[in-house]
Amino acid sequence: MKVRLLDLAHARSGDKGDMANVGVIALRPEWYPLLARLLTSDRVAAHFSGVISGGVDRFELPNLHALNFLLHGALDGGGTISLKTDAQGKVFSTALLRLELDVPADEARRLGLPGSA
Amino acid sequence: MSGRETRTGRATVRVASGQGFWGDSLDAPRRQVEGGEVDYLMLDYLAEVTMSILQKQRERDSDMGYARDFIGAVESMLPAITERGVRVIANAGGVNPPACAEALLKMAASHGATLRVGVVTGDDLLPQLDELIRQGHTLTHMETGESLDTVRDRVLSANAYIGSEPIVEALEKGAQVVITGRSTDTALTMAPLRHEFRWAADDWDRLAAGIVAGHILECGAQASGGNCLYDWRNIPDLANVGYPIVEAGADGSFVVYKHPGTGGRISVQTVTEQLVYEMGDPTSYITPDVVADFTSIRLEPAGPDRVRVHGIGGTPATDKLKVSIAYRAGYKAVGTLVYAWPDALDKAEAAATVLRERLDRLGLSFDSVLVEYVGASATHGPLSGIDTAPWRADLPEVQLRFGVRGPDRAAVERFTRELAPLVLNGPPSVTGFAGGRPKVEEIVAYWPALIDKDVVKTIVEVTS
Repeated sequence: MKVRLLDLAHARSGDKGDMANVGVIALRPEWYPLLARLLTSDRVAAHFSGVISGGVDRFELPNLHALNFLLHGALDGGGTISLKTDAQGKVFSTALLRLELDVPADEARRLGLPGSA
Repeated sequence: MSGRETRTGRATVRVASGQGFWGDSLDAPRRQVEGGEVDYLMLDYLAEVTMSILQKQRERDSDMGYARDFIGAVESMLPAITERGVRVIANAGGVNPPACAEALLKMAASHGATLRVGVVTGDDLLPQLDELIRQGHTLTHMETGESLDTVRDRVLSANAYIGSEPIVEALEKGAQVVITGRSTDTALTMAPLRHEFRWAADDWDRLAAGIVAGHILECGAQASGGNCLYDWRNIPDLANVGYPIVEAGADGSFVVYKHPGTGGRISVQTVTEQLVYEMGDPTSYITPDVVADFTSIRLEPAGPDRVRVHGIGGTPATDKLKVSIAYRAGYKAVGTLVYAWPDALDKAEAAATVLRERLDRLGLSFDSVLVEYVGASATHGPLSGIDTAPWRADLPEVQLRFGVRGPDRAAVERFTRELAPLVLNGPPSVTGFAGGRPKVEEIVAYWPALIDKDVVKTIVEVTS
């Protein structure tokens, strides 16, 4: 079944030069392994295709039940150079939460994911 | 050697956050020292672009170049500092810490008060920049690898990010207020902990703990319910939001809390959102003092609006310091118009097409032209799904946001004259131009580089 990341995680984003970072935090600790397995850097890069010009780095923070993504070439030069409304990458967080994950139905039920009952 | 208790014999030290950037709430510092007992107040005034703004101000007036809000903030807290012994640490000095100290002393004197003010300098590398380059410090761009030569003649400011050591020294010399220039945001919190508990310069785990505490405090209320996505509707009383406070013990573990009776929230979720903010590789959060490992952090609830943080590990600092260089990088202007239902987005898109064509016919060229549609796709781009949404034609209104950037000021200026005419000679149902022509802004861009640590000599002076 398809599950929106918005229903599985919360997030905060910020900037470093022309790069946006998005920290994605599982809404429940027991959902973190699912995120860590399915939310790959390829998956995130495909999601932002046409939005960012560079690649995606991914880091795991199992202690915080969180993943951190670095989106390169996300900010039209970043900082003061950028012409974008979101020059500092503040809302790349919710843009990532639009992503939909394919979760096996029995696993979704076992984990009590929204919409799986 | 490190102590098990503070210099005054207590088991913990409380550091409060009172400012997350220059422009943050004016009342927050005073509310932090009046809302309950705290030992230290840290105020972060500097962002990457702030140094260049301050540099421009100092060029116009040699007594300027620091965060002037800071003087009023200290004024509002004078009794707490002089009578209750709260000590204040701020990077408000910007590119001119001595002028900031002088203004502070003058303000104090006008109230008949005396202050011991510690001033940290030495981060400003601009006067010696050419000498450093001659010595072989190339200051190449950390991300692009470009040589600084390409922008050398346009450099406005160059400051090394300095760590906790000079702040600790100022505290040891009895400063009641410590003013720095470009110290790291995290050092403002870590320094008083290191001072009180006498943490050694190679006590990596504890220094890292102090850095993590600093990262939690450096954005003010962003750790206590502000800008928090998790359960945002139910975060209480943001109008009266309490800024975060860290109460730390000698082992480096600490509790994040806020004053009783304040709004906002401190929970594992609010703290976690702040921890991942502006995060790079979490295993190596590099600072001048230590490399902190954010994958070692343990968080647990410790009562209402209290989170305990412990288990933090660190590894030795590198032999480099980051340098923040600001340089002039051309001009930009952004203008907006609002288009109304029906077909608001189609009208805004048609207007953008007309405007592009007129700029072409005028022979104007830019490094970058960016068109956004606020209300449709400005923040999430194609991810908004607007192009295939059934309600596309029914958007009540869309704001066209049209920006240009380039090296030629005259071209950017000319662009600003082309927007308003669209009101009469472009697509219909247009409004929202009352603000007048867009303003041409000079771009001051940011150039991050590294430099050998031993090149940067900080100086600490404490007034008597």
